[in-house]
Amino acid sequence: MTAENVVQPDSFEFTPESLELAKMHIAKYPEARQASAVMPLLDIAQRQHGGWLPDAAIRYVSDMLDMPYIRVFEVATFYTMYNLKPVGKHFIEVCTTTPCWLRGSDDVLAACKKTLGIGPGETTEDGEFTVVEVECLGACVNAPMLQYDDDYYEDLDAESTTRILNALKSGEKPKPGPQNDRHTSDPLGGPTTLKETA
Amino acid sequence: MLADKDRIFTNLYGFHDFGLDAAKGRGDWDGTKDLLAKGQDWIIDQLKESGLRGRGGAGFPTGLKMSFMPKESDGRPSYLVVNADEGEPGTCKDRDIMRHDPHKLVEGCLLGGFAIRADAAYIYIRGEFYREAENLQAAIDQAYDAGLLGKNACGSGYDFDVFVHRGMGAYICGEETALIESLEGKKGQPRLKPPFPANVGVWGCPTTVNNVETIAVIPTILRRGAPWFAGIGRENNTGTKVFCISGHVNNPCNVEEEMGIPLKELIENHAGGVRGGWDNLLAVIPGGSSVPVIPKSICDTVRMDFDSLKDVKSGLGTAAVIVMDKSTDIVKAIARLSAFYKHESCGQCTPCREGTGWMWRVMERLVRGDAQPEEIDMLLDVTYQVEGHTICALGDAAAWPIQGLIRHFRPELEARIAGSSTTQPRAA
Repeated sequence: MTAENVVQPDSFEFTPESLELAKMHIAKYPEARQASAVMPLLDIAQRQHGGWLPDAAIRYVSDMLDMPYIRVFEVATFYTMYNLKPVGKHFIEVCTTTPCWLRGSDDVLAACKKTLGIGPGETTEDGEFTVVEVECLGACVNAPMLQYDDDYYEDLDAESTTRILNALKSGEKPKPGPQNDRHTSDPLGGPTTLKETA
Repeated sequence: MLADKDRIFTNLYGFHDFGLDAAKGRGDWDGTKDLLAKGQDWIIDQLKESGLRGRGGAGFPTGLKMSFMPKESDGRPSYLVVNADEGEPGTCKDRDIMRHDPHKLVEGCLLGGFAIRADAAYIYIRGEFYREAENLQAAIDQAYDAGLLGKNACGSGYDFDVFVHRGMGAYICGEETALIESLEGKKGQPRLKPPFPANVGVWGCPTTVNNVETIAVIPTILRRGAPWFAGIGRENNTGTKVFCISGHVNNPCNVEEEMGIPLKELIENHAGGVRGGWDNLLAVIPGGSSVPVIPKSICDTVRMDFDSLKDVKSGLGTAAVIVMDKSTDIVKAIARLSAFYKHESCGQCTPCREGTGWMWRVMERLVRGDAQPEEIDMLLDVTYQVEGHTICALGDAAAWPIQGLIRHFRPELEARIAGSSTTQPRAA
């Protein structure tokens, strides 16, 4: 994920709310170990800046933590959840690793293409949607699945994926979790264990 | 089949509230002060006697690992680090523990942390598990408010803190020294050992890194006694285990079962059986993507524990069972894992950085049959050159799925090259 051809803002600073959060995170670590807070601080910056991390934010965080810029840049480029260029207002991450692929993640990607007109790694022209392909998100018994913002949408097929995307288009937030009749990771049709307490 | 009364994670599916009052109702935080009063050595002895082996994949005896920590401080603090960077394809058990039964983990942090004389615990949770981190933090806050954590935790006279640290997307941080680097605010690149974390871990201090499930079962083991846990499962493979059953089964699910349960029983009793019936089974990856695939003939009888799966040249790993029926393009299924390891290699060691890409490219050609017959052995040879020649086990993990494929499905690879495969490359 390179940051070429990206219009970078000249400056960045935390809002008072972000600053408050940042201080809370820094306080978790022992004295003089504030570099440990670099990951949460970059995340706060990304959330404040509409889902991507401009260079000015990387510099701002390095100043705040008294770290060399290059060390913070390394972190920002190493971890996949930092976006170094703008993303659509709705950021759709489709898992395609083997457990999801076995249960039809190809259909989920195809539904994205059909409904939004974009493939993995692309953003719609109106800047509303970005679709990316991601590696295992750790919800394999609810495969296939996608992540939207901070929520997982699970047990998908082409129909439910289309329904979710159309809901997002019309400004609604669909209900996260399994899109069939399951509660969570219990077997469809009801648990085989812990029945008395279920 | 394990009886419900012997299940540890009684809110695995989240049918009930995860909060403190409900957790207490399920037996959590009961008499924690008394357990602490029995002392560090008692806890570690109980864990040794229980036979508990690490639930994160390697299966190292937990009590023994904890006993490596210094008994007297040389002035440095000690830390417990909980590996909640769950990302091994097929695995989604720690997620359930953290979102539905987080107090088991939080209480485990206190008891486990006390046993290794730690000052604090840091729970490193993968960044994508945002909602899970919210529930976990809520449980920690409840525990502080109730005096169960912090100064004089549970009225024991022991001070203990628990913090949550979110990762930001890197499978490699599930490797304990990469996780430590990441916790220090760096790229997650594994460290050479020695020194081991018990001597030089996070911030240069003695550290033990344990998986979520390992830590979360500690309170129940201590309350019910080591003989109870040791009496479940088989010798050297004791206790209960949360299994994740994904892929081509009728009802994919997580379930807590007895260690050593036959694979067939696990799939048929809990996951509704293989799609199209047991005879429609092609192969299973029994312990998360890193362990070698086993064909149906082995699946018919194999038991799900560390030693049984090692005997058939695979592994229990994280106990994530990925089931593939006869419609599966097995070459493509493994090639997709090769793509995963190429994506996740941290780039530090040459055999892994270059090897994962090389192996993936050959695998992609094998999917299409666009290869020479001798390239199968060349690929196998390269997997052995990567395996064991890197700082961490990611190189091994990239090599093993391919080795398993060649061991059990060589005729399919040869048929593809000869253009006579009956399995058309297709999506599952």
